[in-house]
Amino acid sequence: MTALNVRRGPEFTRILGLGVARGENAVPNDDLVGPINSSDEWIRKMTGIATRVRADAGTSVIDLSERAARDAIAQAGIDASEIDTVILSTISYPHITPGGAPVLAERLGATPAAAFDISAACAGYCYGIGQADALVRSGAARNVLVVGAEKLSDFVDPADRSISFLLGDAAGAVVIGASETPGIGPTIWGSDGGGAELIRQTSSWLDVRDNRDVPFPTLVQEGPAVFKWASFKMAPVALQAIEAAGVTPDDIQAFIPHQANIRIIDQMVKQIGLPDHVAIGRDIVDSGNTSAASIPLATERLLRDGDAKSGDLALQIGFGAGLVYAAQVVVLP
Amino acid sequence: MAMSKDEVLAGLAEIVSEETDIDTAEVSLDKSFTDDLDIDSLSMMTIVTLAEEKFDVRIPDEKVKDLVTVDDAVSYITDAQN
Repeated sequence: MTALNVRRGPEFTRILGLGVARGENAVPNDDLVGPINSSDEWIRKMTGIATRVRADAGTSVIDLSERAARDAIAQAGIDASEIDTVILSTISYPHITPGGAPVLAERLGATPAAAFDISAACAGYCYGIGQADALVRSGAARNVLVVGAEKLSDFVDPADRSISFLLGDAAGAVVIGASETPGIGPTIWGSDGGGAELIRQTSSWLDVRDNRDVPFPTLVQEGPAVFKWASFKMAPVALQAIEAAGVTPDDIQAFIPHQANIRIIDQMVKQIGLPDHVAIGRDIVDSGNTSAASIPLATERLLRDGDAKSGDLALQIGFGAGLVYAAQVVVLP
Repeated sequence: MAMSKDEVLAGLAEIVSEETDIDTAEVSLDKSFTDDLDIDSLSMMTIVTLAEEKFDVRIPDEKVKDLVTVDDAVSYITDAQN
């Protein structure tokens, strides 16, 4: 029998370029406190958020994705036509089908790139990085565009006190390609469907179809239970990612967790035992929780503010609805 | 290993003090976590998690809302150990 050809890719990959697009409007706490009978002080104390970025009504998930992707591709120094795979991580693209990734690829001029969406909520960016790294090293792709994009303001309930007031709209994009040196460490990822109800859509689309009294679905969460899971169960995952990369916490220059809540971030720093020199991503204060976009946003912020620099080692970890999680150590672009 | 109620109270007071900077002497059985000690829901979850580790017990998330006073928590932990 004739043996089949198999592809083999380069030994190493890295992030070649990064781009972000934040929603056009910075929405302060005072604009949201009325319906939830709360205060700016309470929101800051419980979440760290001062403002969240939200997009104009006419701005779509694809619009945000395109803006972020164009910057990422430019920084990577390649043409959009050289992108051969597009992975769009989102939970707020408002179509069951077709996926957003082919539409995005077409807009960018990346057709006929392989293009697909993934639904891994706030872990979606790190899930995408893990897949892109594997695709390139296997030879299945050369340049992968990974985009985490959300327009969560389309799925909020102004009267919800659990999660709506945290959420924002944004996109973050990276291009992953071959590297002469290791730029992406092993991805530690997993799920725990036993916690599927902790962060959820209020009702299914079928409920909406079958019952006129069911309101348009929005997002809700069991805040304290999510806090406990994220703060204490994710630290061991982060430590596994550090160990798998063959480095130690002392080697890490930046810690960039999903921007869920400043209290979760602070507790994770404590639980992981990160040294004082590590720069911590805290973009949530100004951008809010933007789910799949939050890690690239926080990365861009650390680089822009000079708190981290190109070539630094960053530990990133995403975690959220599913429950799902993923972590890896990367070299910053 | 099962501990006395006084031992659990002392250990819990240390956890509360570390999380909130409240003096351990303030953490007495009659105090309400929210009304007297001003502990919010997220700090309460941190205290519960650290207590689970320290006393080797499991406190389900849905049970936490029933732990209104320090006595509630100490009694729950003591019973769970036994």
